[in-house]
Amino acid sequence: MVGAACAYYAARAGLDVLVLDRGPVGSGTTSRGEGNILVSDKEPGPELDLALLSQRLWRELGEDLGAEAFELEPKGGLVVATGDAAMDALRGFAQRQAARGVEVEQVPADGLRDLEPHLAPGLLGGVLYPQDLQVMPVLAAAALLRAARSLGAQVRTGVDVQGIERGDAGAVRAVVSSAGRHPASAVVNATGTWGGAVAATFGAPVPVLPRRGFVLVTEPLARVVRRKVYSADYVANVAASTEGLETSVVVEGTRGGTVLIGASRERVGFDETLSVEVVRRLAAQAVRLFPVLAGVNLMRVYRGFRPYCPDHLPVIGADARVPGLYHACGHEGAGIGLAPATGLLVAGQIQAQADGALADLALDVAAFSPTRFAAAHAQEPA
Amino acid sequence: MTSTFRFGDRSVPFRDGQTVGAALVAAGIRSWRTTRVQGRPRGLFCGIGICFDCLISIDGTPNQRACLALARPGLQVTAQEGTGHDDLAV
Repeated sequence: MVGAACAYYAARAGLDVLVLDRGPVGSGTTSRGEGNILVSDKEPGPELDLALLSQRLWRELGEDLGAEAFELEPKGGLVVATGDAAMDALRGFAQRQAARGVEVEQVPADGLRDLEPHLAPGLLGGVLYPQDLQVMPVLAAAALLRAARSLGAQVRTGVDVQGIERGDAGAVRAVVSSAGRHPASAVVNATGTWGGAVAATFGAPVPVLPRRGFVLVTEPLARVVRRKVYSADYVANVAASTEGLETSVVVEGTRGGTVLIGASRERVGFDETLSVEVVRRLAAQAVRLFPVLAGVNLMRVYRGFRPYCPDHLPVIGADARVPGLYHACGHEGAGIGLAPATGLLVAGQIQAQADGALADLALDVAAFSPTRFAAAHAQEPA
Repeated sequence: MTSTFRFGDRSVPFRDGQTVGAALVAAGIRSWRTTRVQGRPRGLFCGIGICFDCLISIDGTPNQRACLALARPGLQVTAQEGTGHDDLAV
């Protein structure tokens, strides 16, 4: 998804673009999430600013390319609290987000079931985030690549990138792949969870690691959940860095009728083993939030690996170690949502490089710098 | 001896160990569900529990996979329209 967005915005900027994809379109990290475009779960800071920009861009993409083509739904998010402490924390969190430009609506306990009639009784209240959206990520990646191709980009699938060739002053001169040598003055590493490994082969490592998550899929239903609904604990879980299993329930209906139930987080490398314990916990939490789901069958479970960095921020922009190398990876669970903003910023930097000008970007990318980790490591005691 | 289950107002014979879906097909019934959006007929597709195309209502519980559900004497099997859970819609 992120790569498709980079290709789209680069092609729109008039750059000559070649996309090399190891698998079929959208078969990596893109197909393993729920298609979230969220501002609701972001702490005030650089990632929230990126998310606010990105949700605006998603709406534009919907207008430009046809929202129906990738099931873009401005459905809104509803965060609910089960206890007093969680309710207080959620209110404070929402106020700080609002100060940064997020639209928030406080929902009293007796207003929750007007919004979501199947919600369990006894919840203490919530916050509605009208800016949250959902998209079908594989369709969206395909739509952006199609649009990029109509602007002159080339897309080649089934091609393994093996490295880069560097010329004068160490600058990127070409990409080397299983399909040969591709001359290029700029290369974007948009390889999701494999971004760390690919960056290492380019001689500019970034610490992108896998954080496993499961998503449960119910049988198709009539619309029983209107929005993305999740518990206030989710935000704390996303921000945590523990290795062990964390689950906090996220429930949403899809256009296809299935209800998706997430979200688990655990650091177990690229272990794809099905965890019955995770499935059991997520299902139980979902039923506590939406008791109606107790009478619904699970159809399947899928899993994937979020590309996470130790500071939970993505890696975006030019890499000072290798002139011509750009990164667009490490978005953890937010890659679909943050893809357009990432693509726009990276394309802007590359265009400025091509023009020999200073990049005039919609957002400062310093917080996402690929070399920020080197500085952090240098400060650690030996 | 052949046992039977009910499919709507018909009596469908089955052999021990046969699934509901297999018995229906053997009785010449090839579709028992209509799709959610366009109302198109559906029956067995993969036949091995993966595709969820052959959904059917058994004893009042919708969305059972006919290809996996074992036929038993006296089951009340009915064709399914839409999601089978339209009463839950909000």
